[in-house]
Formats: sequence, structure tokens, C-alpha cells
Amino acid sequence: MRGQRFFACAARLFRHPMHAVGTLVFVMFLFMAILGSLLAPYEANEQIVADARQGPSFVHWFGVDHLGRDVFSRVVLGTADIFALAGTGTLLAVAIGTSLGLLSGYRGGWFDEILMRFFDSLLAMPAMLLALMLLGTLGPSRRSVFLVIVVVYIPIVARVVRSVVLSVKTRAYVEAARVQGESPARILFREILPAVLPTLAVEAALRFSYAIFLASSLGFLGVGVQPPSPDWGLMVNEARDSVSQTPWALYFPAGAISLLVISVNLLADGLKQAFQVEIEY
Amino acid sequence: MLSPSPLLNIEGLNVAYRVAGQDLPVLREISLEVLPGQTVGLVGESGSGKSTLALTVMRQLAANGVVTGGRVEFDGKGLLELTENEMRVVWGRELAFVPQNPATALNPAMRVGEQLAEALRLYGAGRAAAEARSRELLEQVRLAEPRRVARSYPHQLSGGMQQRVMIALALSGQPRLLVLDEPTTALDVTTEASVLDLLREQVGQRESSVLYVTHNLGVVATLSDRVAVLYAGELAEDAPTEDLFRQPLHPYTRGLLDSVPRLGQRKEQRPLQGIPGQVPRLRDFPNACVFAPRCPLAIELCWKERPLLDAPTPERRVRCHRWPEIMAGEVSAHRGEVKPIQRAKQEVRRVLNVEDLKVDYPLPSPFLQTLVCKSPRAVHAVREVSVGVSSGQTLGVVGESGSGKSSLARSVIGLAERSSGRVELLGIELPARLSRRSREMLSHLQMVFQNPEEALNPYLTVAESLTRPLIRLRGLSTNEARQQVPDLLAAVRLPADYAQRFPGQLSGGEKQRVAIARAFASGPELLLADEPVSALDVSVQANILNLLAELQVERQTAMLLIAHDIAVVGYLADQIVVMYLGEFMQVSPAEAIFDAPYHPYTEALLSSVPPPDPFVEQKKIRLEGELPSAIDLPGGCPFHTRCPRFLGDICAQQTPPWRETGDGKRIFCHIPVEELVQAQEPVLRFDGKRRTQR
Repeated sequence: MRGQRFFACAARLFRHPMHAVGTLVFVMFLFMAILGSLLAPYEANEQIVADARQGPSFVHWFGVDHLGRDVFSRVVLGTADIFALAGTGTLLAVAIGTSLGLLSGYRGGWFDEILMRFFDSLLAMPAMLLALMLLGTLGPSRRSVFLVIVVVYIPIVARVVRSVVLSVKTRAYVEAARVQGESPARILFREILPAVLPTLAVEAALRFSYAIFLASSLGFLGVGVQPPSPDWGLMVNEARDSVSQTPWALYFPAGAISLLVISVNLLADGLKQAFQVEIEY
Repeated sequence: MLSPSPLLNIEGLNVAYRVAGQDLPVLREISLEVLPGQTVGLVGESGSGKSTLALTVMRQLAANGVVTGGRVEFDGKGLLELTENEMRVVWGRELAFVPQNPATALNPAMRVGEQLAEALRLYGAGRAAAEARSRELLEQVRLAEPRRVARSYPHQLSGGMQQRVMIALALSGQPRLLVLDEPTTALDVTTEASVLDLLREQVGQRESSVLYVTHNLGVVATLSDRVAVLYAGELAEDAPTEDLFRQPLHPYTRGLLDSVPRLGQRKEQRPLQGIPGQVPRLRDFPNACVFAPRCPLAIELCWKERPLLDAPTPERRVRCHRWPEIMAGEVSAHRGEVKPIQRAKQEVRRVLNVEDLKVDYPLPSPFLQTLVCKSPRAVHAVREVSVGVSSGQTLGVVGESGSGKSSLARSVIGLAERSSGRVELLGIELPARLSRRSREMLSHLQMVFQNPEEALNPYLTVAESLTRPLIRLRGLSTNEARQQVPDLLAAVRLPADYAQRFPGQLSGGEKQRVAIARAFASGPELLLADEPVSALDVSVQANILNLLAELQVERQTAMLLIAHDIAVVGYLADQIVVMYLGEFMQVSPAEAIFDAPYHPYTEALLSSVPPPDPFVEQKKIRLEGELPSAIDLPGGCPFHTRCPRFLGDICAQQTPPWRETGDGKRIFCHIPVEELVQAQEPVLRFDGKRRTQR
């Protein structure tokens, strides 16, 4: 019965052509991330000096950059990196943010007050500024970028979850559970969380797309993932100086960033609609 | 006598909603007439299509609504053929609409007076004339201080005042037909009564026609000349009000009348008879009588052939195969003899004891005030009340919104914390906090909630919901608990295969049954029922009330029943408490509540409820003014600001004494019982003639 519901929901994702496209493109990137090393014809840092600065051809689909590295291979191999970085960062932020949001919304009182004022102060700063400040202290590295994603997104996720909890916790079935002596953990995770999930899934997808954005931006600014990793943002940065000779080295990774971000956004939109129908029925 | 030509004439109207490329029929072959100056009541349960009919007449059908056949004629011209531009002249000046919820119908960003003047200017009045006329209209709808009201924004007015403004707006264009869609459903009874008075008076003065859509049979009996009964998108019956209530010809009408508790009807004398089953879904309209699956008189013919709309007398219309037999009295749609529900045995033991219970909700106070240690202000929801319930007995608590009745129940069960006082369950004091209560205490105290749509977790199956109290409170293992589920379902008359369903697959009444089963699962000594039927249709309401009563007798459970509907409380309860502004006004045995003497507030309450019977004569007592704020409570008697029997300073300054009457009532009033007896006569009287209010 639950399985049926899941499939009905998934089927609804494909009803709208834009959502279907978004979902398919996202799945394609997901395959690239998983099967990256099988798909990529070259190693990420393999230099084919003879082919350097070559444009797109049947041998090098996306061309070769000024150092003689195959752009297609780097884009494909970078997918796994961006998924690992933005994906796990988002997952951790969502897990922590959800727990804090659940607790804060359900308990209320001074706990809620202090936590929310603290989050407000974090949210008052532009995300990029906060990220740069954190990276300034932690030093630029992959781990730092991961931490930045987690820290920047916890308050946002927690706020969204809390607002849903506030409306759900006064519903009669939650009160019935309290009157039946259910433990707070069960009330939070079995009674309240399911009602939060639709909103949460949409929020998580959105966060993921922004995390890709943030990670790439930091890479581009040179304070994120360090060379010679095949990070998309970093690739755009490296290709910037020689854009007149090797524009493909800039456009393909930049295009990959936008395509992935757009597809995740469309997916989030589709999820929202799929869940909405689910709630109405 | 030639009857005048109808002002509104609906003929063979079919309306459908287009959902996902499919037409769902909502109205099927509706024919209805409204004569000039006539008030026609349109009654039906949710899903009957009554609002759709009103909106079709107003040409305000939702975007996916389509008229698939039939005509709507207004004063001889076809309404459905007019363009939107042509409708602009009709709206307001010929047809006006009053919606259910005035709060969303009024523009929140515009002063009330401006909204009225805007409409008037549209009808051709000059700026100054519009302003003067808008004040006049506000006066006509009996708003005190019309000048102040005209300058107010909608949110500064109470619901009753907002609805008066809506009526003023509707009347501003001097329309010939008023369409009202449940205009008083969101209001308290005392407010409803004065809004209905106002409507009757204004409509009478102007001789306009009215199409009044409602689910409330009482309102229809009070207000309308004719009643049309809709069921599942079809016109079941259409007759003059007296005829319809005296001898309904459609079994559905009979069922509705038998489902509604009359004032003074009691479970042990004349039990209610609900209609089994539920309104069919839009998709599966059979080519047969739509009511056949729920009809006690259904014969083979009813399942095979759709009945025609017949005219038993020139005045009546009915869509039933068996009306000739019903009319001749050969068969009756009364559902046999229903066994009266016994009253519980005499008091066995005291289950609940509440002493000086007080519930305050502190308001957030400004930082500065906290600094100077000023005590924070609070909403005083319940003020030092004492009451008890014994096993097998039902204590009914009646009151309007803001009376504190829900806070009383919620503080007993622990969902709201009491500020002071004692709550004892079986002689053991209950901590104010829910988390401090032991499992045993929790298992003895359970609750049925108001809104069945929210009472069950939509992500758990019925079985999962039902096993939780068994596991948590009775300490059963998951397997043992699962074995109990069929018994629990059987107790609330649901088939065992409902266990695997999700709440989304149940109807409102079925959800409430599951909620009741869950509340009884832990074997509680005291059940709290907070408005258990107010969200349900009348035909389902009766079955749920009877179920509660039967389960209570079986299990000797004590019950605290909270409701705004005095007829519901009067039907089920043994003792009735009337609450106002957090205090008890009157405590009385249920059978005595309808007999004088009363507390002046009870008197006003009883005379405000429109009885679902046009032959009951009802005294007219109306409350002036608004409910005082629960933050700054009036001193002395809380009711003194609105009391029709206000004595003077004594009421405003001194707390009234509790006075005992001869028939076991206790009344919280300064007026001595002897004087009340002399001054009051029974509010309700039955004499077989059409009601005129005294």
C-alpha cells in the first residue's frame, strides 16, 4: 500500500513535461556521478600535450584545455565530486536542520527562542560572506567547503521545518498521541515528521541546487576546492585567462553547473506538485 | 387564484465540474422557482450541490464549472446567456449575494464605510449621497455606532458585525433577489439569532425574494416559505415549509428530520435515527434513485429506474417512486422502533472532581513591563469553577465561543495547563502537566476531538492508530494489540477490513468512529468529547451521538461533553452546565434545562436556537452588544454587560450568589428564584401552529 503511494507519487513527477525533463537530466547527472570513471575516456589530470588547446572533436568531445587535459573527462569526473560535496553537505545540513527544527518547533519556550535568534543572526549575513569568513578561518580545502555548506544551510532548513511543525503540532492527532502517553521522540518522528516530509523534500532539493552553486562559486573564487581537482567552478576559473583561445574549457563546465542546478530546481518543483496532490487526496 | 410569475425560474439545470478532462456531474436536472417576495430555503448536506446551485444562479461558478444543460431565468430573461458586461448591471441591483465567511469577502485594506460607498457610487449615487446612504444602511442593519463602524477596517469588527456589513452591502443596490450561502453558520447562536431577525425584517420591508442556502433545518423552519431539499445533486423534495415538516414525502427528508435533535429531545425517551451510509461520490451516479442505497423503503424499482420529479399537489414536488404510499400513510420512512438508550444506572462512584479550576493564558508582555516586575496580563479562560462527574453519567458543557468550555476540557486532560485548583480522577489528584501524569492516569482519561479530518494521523493505517493506546497504555505487545483491532472496530460498527485503510480512504463519520474506538481502547473511566459532531453532517451526527451513548452505557464510562449546540447536549447529557466568559452560569439536570426558571443567559441562549420545527413557538430574547474581552473581565456578574434582566449596580459590582430552584437547578444570579419564576415563562411552546415569535 505504501509502495503504491510511492509509485503514484513518482508517476506524477512525469506528468508535466518540464518536470519530466528536469528529472531525466538529474538522473543523467546521477549516472555520470556513479559511473564517472567508466564513462570518462581520460584521467582527470592526464595531459595530452600534443592535443592541447584543441577544439571539440570526435576524440575530445568538449575539447582540450590549455594544459592538454580532456574537458569532457574532467566534467564527467567532476560530477562525482560535486555530488559528493554538495550532496553530502546538504544531507548533513538537512538531517541536523530537521532535528533542530522539529525540536525547536515542538518544545517552544526559551529553547526555541535562543536557537531561532541565533539562526536569525546567521541568516542576517549574506551566505557568500558567511562562507568566505568561515573559509578564511578554516583555510581553503574540500573539507572546509563541506562544513560551509552544512553551517550555511542548517538555519534555513531548521526554520522551514519549524514553521511546518508549528502548524502540525496543534492537530488533533498529535494531541491524541500526547494524551496516549507517546514519547516525545515518537511524536516528533512518527506523528509530526511525516507531515513535514513533503515540504522537507522540496526544501532539500532546493538546498542541493544552491549547494552546487555555492561550492562552484567558492571553487571559482579560488577559496574552495584546490587545483588540480576537476571541480567545475575551479575549471571555469582556470579557463578564464585563456578564454579567447580555449572557450570550450570555460563553457562546458559552466554549462554543466547551470544544467544541473536547473534540473534540480525543476525536480524540486515537480516534487512539490507531486506531494501537493498527495496531500489533497 | 393565479400564481404570480416567478422571479427566479430554474429549469432542468445540469452543472458539472471538469476535473482532469472528465465531467463530474454536481447538479442533475434541478428545477426550482422563487416567487416575488418569497423566501426559499435550500437544504442539503455537504456534497449535495447546494452551494454550486447558489453560485450558478449568481453566475459565479468556479472556473472549471460548466452548465451542461437547462435554463436559469430571472424575471423572464435567461441569466446564463448574459455576458459578463451585461451581468454587471444585474449584480447588486437585481441579484445580490451574501457568502458564508464575511471575513474573506470584505476587503481587509479598506474601511467598511468606503466599501459601502464604493458600491453605492457604482449604482449611480454622488460622493456625498453615497456616504450619507452608507451610514443609513449601517444603521438599518442595527449596528450600534454606525459612524465608528464606517471608519473601521473589517478586522476591527466581530464576526456578527462583519456579517451585518455584508448584508448592508447586499442590500445597498436594492436587489430583487438575495442569495445567501450559509450566512450564519460561522456565527454563535445568539449572534445568529439577531442576524436572522435582521434578515427577516429587511427582506419583509423590501419585499425582496430570498434564496437561502443552509444545512441547518432550524434556520429553514424559522425563515423560509418554501423548502427545497437537495440530495447528491438532485432535488429530492420541494414543498411549503409547513407541509414539508408536517408530512415529508421523500424518505431522505424524513431521515433528515429524524436525525436532528429537537430542543428537549432525550436519548432515553426518543432516540435519534441517523441515516446509514453516506452521500454517493460524484463519479458513480447510478441510473436509479440516488437515495436507494440508504433508503429504508427502497424496493426493486428504486434500483432499476430513476424516479421522475412528480407533483403530488400543485404546491409540492418530490422525486420518489413511493410517494403515493407515503402520502397515504401506508408506509413510513421512520426506521422501525429504535430501542431507547437507557440511562446509566444511578451514581456508582465519583470519577472526576474539579475544584476551583482556573485556566489563564498569559499574554506576551513587553520587555519593559517584565523589567519592572509587573505581572503579565492574561486571557482568563476559566475562572475557578468546580464540578464533578460520576461513572456512567454525562456532564454536558454548553457555551458560545469564548466561554472557556474547551479550555475546561483541555485543562482536565492536560493539553492546557491549569493555573490553580484541583483536578481529581478517582480520588487521585492529577498533576497540571501532561508529562507528569502516570500511564495509569492517562489510560483512564481519553478524548474525542472536534475535527475528524485532523483526529487521525494520515500516514498511519487505522490498525496502527488503534494499536498505539493498547501498546502504550495497556502494555500489550504489538501482536496482542493487533488481535484486539477487529473487536475495537466492531464496537464502533465498522467492518474489520477497515483496519488496513488509511484515514484518507474514510468518510468524515467513519474517521470519527475510528477516533472514538481509539479513545475507548485504553478502557478510560472518563471520556472527554470536545464538539464530537459539530464537523459532521446531520445524518451522520445522529449515528455518532447514539454510538457514544451506547458505548457509554456498555462500559459505564463517565463523559464530559463539550458542545455549542444545546440540543445536542440536551439529548446526551444527564447534567448540563452553561458557561459564559469562563464561569458557570447555571448547573442543572438535563431534563430541567428547558423549563423555567432559567438563568437569564440560558434563557437568551434557548430563545436564540432556531428549532428545527416550524410549529414550536419560541420567545424572542436577544442579547445586545458584544462579548466582553476575556483579558479585562467585567466585575460583578460576568453577564451584567449584556443581561436583559440587569438589576443595577448590584450586578455590576457584586459577585452573584448561587441560588437553588425547586427542580434541582443552581443559578448564578442576583435575582431571587421566586422573582425569576414570576418573570419567566417557558421559552419554547408547542401548539401545532406555524411559529410566530413572541
